[in-house]
Amino acid sequence: MKEYIENNVRWLFPLPAALFIVAMMVFPVLYTFWVSLTDWSLASGGEAHFVGLKNFEVLFGEPRFYNALKLTVYFTVLAVAVETVLGVGIALLLNREFRGKDTLKTILLLPMVATPVAIGLAWTLFYEPTVGLANYTMKLLGLPASKWLADQATVIPSLALVDIWEWTPMIALIVMAGLASLPSEPFEAARVDGATPLQIFRHVTLPLLAPTILVAVVLRSIDAFKTFDIIYTMTGGGPGFGSETMNIYAYTLGFQYFRFGAASSALVALLALVLGSSLVVLYFRRRWEV
Amino acid sequence: MKTRRWVALLLIVMFALTLVGCGSGDKKEQAKDPKKPYAGQTIRVLFANHPWAEGMKPLIAEFEKETGITVKLESYSEKNLSDKLTVELATGATTIDVFMSRPLQEAKLFAKNKWSTDLKTFINDPNKTPAAWDYNDFKKSTIDAVTVDGVVVASPIVSEWTTLFYRKDLFEKAGLKPPTTLEEMEAAAKILNDPANGVAGIVARGNRGAAVTQFSAYLYSFGGDFIKDGKAIFDSPEALEAFKYYGRILKNYGPPGVTNMSWEQAIVVFSSGKAAMWTDASTFVGQVTDKTKSQVADQVGYVTFPAGPKGARPYDAVAWCLGIPAQSKNKDAAWEFVKWANSKEMMKKMLAAGVTVTRNSAWADKEATAKFPPGFAEVAQKSGAVAVPYDRPIMTAVGEARDAIGTVIVRAIETGGAEDLTPLIKEQNKIVTDLLAQEK
Repeated sequence: MKEYIENNVRWLFPLPAALFIVAMMVFPVLYTFWVSLTDWSLASGGEAHFVGLKNFEVLFGEPRFYNALKLTVYFTVLAVAVETVLGVGIALLLNREFRGKDTLKTILLLPMVATPVAIGLAWTLFYEPTVGLANYTMKLLGLPASKWLADQATVIPSLALVDIWEWTPMIALIVMAGLASLPSEPFEAARVDGATPLQIFRHVTLPLLAPTILVAVVLRSIDAFKTFDIIYTMTGGGPGFGSETMNIYAYTLGFQYFRFGAASSALVALLALVLGSSLVVLYFRRRWEV
Repeated sequence: MKTRRWVALLLIVMFALTLVGCGSGDKKEQAKDPKKPYAGQTIRVLFANHPWAEGMKPLIAEFEKETGITVKLESYSEKNLSDKLTVELATGATTIDVFMSRPLQEAKLFAKNKWSTDLKTFINDPNKTPAAWDYNDFKKSTIDAVTVDGVVVASPIVSEWTTLFYRKDLFEKAGLKPPTTLEEMEAAAKILNDPANGVAGIVARGNRGAAVTQFSAYLYSFGGDFIKDGKAIFDSPEALEAFKYYGRILKNYGPPGVTNMSWEQAIVVFSSGKAAMWTDASTFVGQVTDKTKSQVADQVGYVTFPAGPKGARPYDAVAWCLGIPAQSKNKDAAWEFVKWANSKEMMKKMLAAGVTVTRNSAWADKEATAKFPPGFAEVAQKSGAVAVPYDRPIMTAVGEARDAIGTVIVRAIETGGAEDLTPLIKEQNKIVTDLLAQEK
């Protein structure tokens, strides 16, 4: 027995973690695939019958699905683009030495550790058009008051702002780690050759940082596609269906309409979207590998 | 090396202790008290955030003392409660013993899936329920609301009707009388609308599905309805007028952000003095006239819902009921709780606190109605005389139907009722008709 354990230690040690992953991650995903092929719905009495791809047929004919898809992509691209630019900027700033750097670093990381639901509730109060802090600030700055979460045109940017506030620190963190690991020779060489800071940034820093930034973008995009907590607490998908992203749509289908088969098919579609986008990005990464 | 072994040992001991600590509870051996046959049992009760639940919470300690049953209480917002109930009951969980639910929203769905215990077995059993508890004391319409195909799925707690709350001081200043017709209400809203000072003429729910129940009064007063003969009929010309009216008054005289408002947000707007009128359920009278919860507590007046072209037709429906899941393991102890919460004494207490309960005896009790905000009992009676007993389409897939109707409401508000809503209404009407067809 002892010999067996010693020889196979490399399989036995990860075994508990592997079992956990199978139970908690693989099984639910497979179960969701299974449910998406049935017509399980509480409103029809709770029996599940196999219906093949019918749920997907219905889903792809549903205008609400395309609305959700459009909003998901809009939200993700907007949020991640701004987060990347800001995150890289912050990381570069924090890469220098200055007094109070560590305190600043800690403060900048705080939004990331706050509870998403609390963030949602607090920002909902800020965004309240009559008594909220946001419109008060706009008034002080002489800008016109906005309807923020209450108008279909401004709801996604408002939600994206909250996401940006919450997750830019994460990108900054990853890029800071990347910056710290960069070799110093190229920079010294560039300076010796008389490059301006802007040129150094464009031709040395950015290309060297590209893999790190890409990792940060992929990680953040995967989460942004699936954003649920802030949207659910702040608008629940409203006004109308103005902020109903794929995840919220699937939740509504499943827990408000009790159509579990339909909800599962929406989730499979979301999985395909997230997986597909990540694979596309990683494919292009290989193409531009320096 | 030695320290490491000690640390490891310490960690293992601590871990083991936490396991033991979490596992065992109090295992006191209580002598069997015949008056407290269920003493020592624990029941899990799910409440919704509602004035009735707020009023009951402090009284639960009395129940625990009287019966020796421990009550584990959880409170949720109505949407979250629905979600939680459905998930737990659908997965066959046996841990819920008593739950609050909305008969109009969930009774059919729960009955279809056989999730509710038939309370008749408890009510008719003289050992479990004394005759004095008197099930027939409940208003007849409320008993009808909780009985599906002869099965009593729950015990009704509160009924609500549409009420127009208004600011007496603002009306006096403008020399206006409280409106008796919808035309007068629109005119008053126009005069009192003061965006420069942050006061809206009127506020009402605009948040998709949540708005439907309060919109129903407008729908009925214009002569429309949700369903007839198994088909959705909110594409009628009368219904169109109702949608246009609702959208018009809220876009022109409502506060910004009304399409995101359910009652939780609307009550804040009204109680902080930012709206001159509010149409919503009567249950909130206690909160808007409570000095600790409302900034305009002593300026709040209330009248029956104004008359539309087809008369004043507010809804008067059973909003909440208390039920026991079929899978509960502590049905007897759960029944004790339901019996106590819906007893004549408890209902009288709740009525005195401003909660509109369902027992006739409570309303007939002069002492209880004396504590009610002045004039409210008359408003209740007047509303009851003309009211419609439901505030939403009665079907199984209520949530989805509400969202369909809510979509029209939101569009009406966004366009101020000026855009032609007919194509959208036809679309959503068809969706609801299809849902009804699927339920056959």
